[in-house]
Amino acid sequence: MADYYVSTKNLSVGYHKKTVLEHLTFGVNRGEILTLIGPNGAGKSTVLKSLAKQLKPIAGTVYIDGKDLTGFGREALSKTLAVVFTQRLRTELMTCRDVVSAGRYPYTGRFGILGAADRQKVEEAMALVRIMPFADEDFTKISDGQRQRVLLARAICQEPDIILLDEPTSHLDMKHKVEFLSLLQRMAREKRLSVIMSLHELDLAGKVSDKIMCVGTHCVERFGTPREVFEEDYIKALFGVKTGSFDEASCGMELEAPKGEPKVFVLAGAASGQETFRELQRKGVAFATGILYENDMDFPVAKALAAAYVGTAATQHIGRDRFEQAKALAQKCEYAICCRDCFAPWEPENRELYDLLMHKPPYSK
Amino acid sequence: MRQTRSIFAFAMLTVFVFVMIVLNTVTGSVQIPLADIVELLVGRGSDATAYSIVWQIRLPRACAAAVLGGALALSGYLLQTFFHNPIAGPFVLGISSGAKLTVALLLVLVADNAVNVSSVAMIASAFAGAMLAMGVVLIMARVVDKMSMLIVGGVMIGYICSAVTDIIVTFADDSDIVNLHNWSKGSFSGITWENVTVMSVTVFVTAAVIFLFSKPISAYQLGETYAQNMGVNLKLLRMLLVLLSSVLAACITAFAGPVSFVGIAVPHLVKRLFGTTKPLLMIPACFLGGSAFCLFCDLLARTAFAPTEMSISTVTAVFGAPIVIIILLRKQRA
Repeated sequence: MADYYVSTKNLSVGYHKKTVLEHLTFGVNRGEILTLIGPNGAGKSTVLKSLAKQLKPIAGTVYIDGKDLTGFGREALSKTLAVVFTQRLRTELMTCRDVVSAGRYPYTGRFGILGAADRQKVEEAMALVRIMPFADEDFTKISDGQRQRVLLARAICQEPDIILLDEPTSHLDMKHKVEFLSLLQRMAREKRLSVIMSLHELDLAGKVSDKIMCVGTHCVERFGTPREVFEEDYIKALFGVKTGSFDEASCGMELEAPKGEPKVFVLAGAASGQETFRELQRKGVAFATGILYENDMDFPVAKALAAAYVGTAATQHIGRDRFEQAKALAQKCEYAICCRDCFAPWEPENRELYDLLMHKPPYSK
Repeated sequence: MRQTRSIFAFAMLTVFVFVMIVLNTVTGSVQIPLADIVELLVGRGSDATAYSIVWQIRLPRACAAAVLGGALALSGYLLQTFFHNPIAGPFVLGISSGAKLTVALLLVLVADNAVNVSSVAMIASAFAGAMLAMGVVLIMARVVDKMSMLIVGGVMIGYICSAVTDIIVTFADDSDIVNLHNWSKGSFSGITWENVTVMSVTVFVTAAVIFLFSKPISAYQLGETYAQNMGVNLKLLRMLLVLLSSVLAACITAFAGPVSFVGIAVPHLVKRLFGTTKPLLMIPACFLGGSAFCLFCDLLARTAFAPTEMSISTVTAVFGAPIVIIILLRKQRA
């Protein structure tokens, strides 16, 4: 871990001598994004606070650029590391520009008066996160999405090498989530920043992060690239999900599958069945489905929701065995739903199944 | 834009303070024209009575109102910043009452003759009381998360201190009570030049130190997390804010008794006037605003029902309380 720009060695964090997480060893390079994921209360914020030196580590060391964090003075650290945390700002009569300007604190003199160069930096930071249109509006009067960008601009003004963010997208709508993370990604690349943040949105974490750290209840369970971390069935275990499921490949969540013997057989495939599966799930009707290729978009949904299903590897023919399996399943079901009526030349078994199902009573609400 | 507004506002406040000092020296049960006062002060006047009225009564009183008013507003501003609450102030948080309690103790128990208690001793005992009350408030702040609850706690501390003060008064000698009673109602009367010197030194030194810390205070306005991230020494700053605001509150209470509402109303008005909360501007501006407000209120206290004098708190409450109500209503809307 010594080669990383920010790294930890056997770090244990917690409050009042009570350890929340132990033996953290991870690292992140310049220009990279490290995301902390894990259940509520696992200690993601505690890790971030410890990295910001706002909380004393219980044991272990944090290194920045090879130097021990405890050796950083207040001023040196404020020029190296900036935060966007969840503490709500209760400003009074402060414009967005005022809030951003506060980031220049480590660079101004005794009375904190901004020089021409400082003002230039403030304008640059505001232009970068595109908050110029409301720069002179009161900070309390803007939306959550705008507020996060103002806080990011404030952090940028500090000219840090590292930015720590605690759930920066929690209160944002979909559009602003994507915008904010894109901005962060650009910033990390262009300014060669190390970004360390916690996120609740696993799908976004998987897309934006170079490294992901999975924070379990007592220790870090995994640390690595999204590809290494999002392994099958892992996320469900990390969060202790008991109802429903998570598909690591698509980062999609599904609710709990209906219980009982399948009543309906759904002929799906070629992404035609997902909505039908979910409709049946909402009604609590157990169903079976087939025959699905494993790379079909219907497949993960079927896996999560169907009481029984027949699947086949993407690079193989379906074959008679699987057809017989599906046929047996279909015969056990009272009703049938056919989501499609045209089939590819390499799946004659599905066409055969279709003809068979046409004799069954169709399922109706 | 902002700069011109600030300059204009500062000019306005300064002129207002000056006009108020003049008005305070001119008016009273004996009207002395301004021209006579100028002559008296440069030493060419001959009227001994007028001289003693102006030099020994009205001028020190006006100076005290100006200095203590400024201190009161500044103390309020600091406490509001510290607690992130617009209605925090020395009076609301029970700090004034704590100071009152210890001063009462000093007057009744220690001194045989209350008139002779030195102003330094008064400040010292008031400071002890203020710190005591502040300490309790801080302990509560640790336990209680909600700031509104903290204010309620402060008010309760105020009542407890007042009750204890009343008990002391009940068992005190008659001769002491007269002084204590007059003092505890809050008034700028009976201030000597010696008092003015002591309070000025205390207040101006404190205010200067506060001004030197306007940069970390500005960072503190964004909340502790961000202040710390910007390199502010939080422990030191917290301690300073508490200490300095207590010194100011103690100084006022020692000389004028508990004066209500100035600490809340003035910073609020001044912030609106300047359209900003920047400490660099607010620290001097609150001081000037407090001076002007107290001079104005003291003028009314002396003259409104002359020859009967009202207590200063009566007047500050009449003007200050409605402002507090407005703040609360505004907060509700936001």
